[in-house]
Amino acid sequence: MEELIEKLKLQIIEQLNLEDVEPDEIDPEEPLFGDGLGLDSIDALELIVLLEKEYGIKIENPKDGQKIFFSVKSLAEYILAHQK
Amino acid sequence: MTTKRTHITIRNNKIFKNGVLFFEAAPYLTLKDFLKAAWKNLKVKYPKFYKMDEVSKLGVLAAEILLIDEPHKAFNEEEVGVILSNAHSTLVTDTEHWNSVKDDSNFFPSPAVFVYTLPNIMVGEICIKHKFKGENAFFITEQYDAEMIFQHFNLLKTQNKIKAAIGGWVDQSQDDYLVEMFWAE
Repeated sequence: MEELIEKLKLQIIEQLNLEDVEPDEIDPEEPLFGDGLGLDSIDALELIVLLEKEYGIKIENPKDGQKIFFSVKSLAEYILAHQK
Repeated sequence: MTTKRTHITIRNNKIFKNGVLFFEAAPYLTLKDFLKAAWKNLKVKYPKFYKMDEVSKLGVLAAEILLIDEPHKAFNEEEVGVILSNAHSTLVTDTEHWNSVKDDSNFFPSPAVFVYTLPNIMVGEICIKHKFKGENAFFITEQYDAEMIFQHFNLLKTQNKIKAAIGGWVDQSQDDYLVEMFWAE
């Protein structure tokens, strides 16, 4: 789990071009959207692509996105539970 | 009467303000790295810059330097327009997007790339950054035609739609780039 969280931090920084953000600055339980990293709707779409491209996971129900992408930790938990 | 004041040129990893060298990076740097170095040099806190495509970055960077002396502060937000032009539209970004969708077995289009596949997005980025709400336009022409930009500005001014504008040329092709941007009022 810890290893996946660290990998996800790096992938999020690279995929979303978070130029001035270091992995250590991302609290795994901090919200990704709103107050936390301040990501926007395009970033949300990029995360959906990342999930599919890197982990082969498709989100079937868009309503689940809010829960899955709440934080790096929730994203890691979802990947571990759904990766084939 | 239209007054042309500050003028920015960006080419060959150099930025000139009113003909004087403002910033220079090593010629071997890629455009992406040059843009990053030039933006960091300005010490402007605006993380969204790094999410833009290169041609938008060129426009936003030039506008930021153009407005350092705050000529726009003499006008209301609705009185400032943006009139830009180029020859290659967003062809570099269009190609990047095409490369991500042309292969059905590796079909992963990036939303963050796709949103920049229109040149007027650059105008939008400049307007968002500086809160401009005046008329704007983006023309595609084979060559830079400053006179045409001035004529359009004067037309909008005559119609009392704007009183000042950022105008010019922000072009990027696969091999080269050039920015000629000015402030007019």
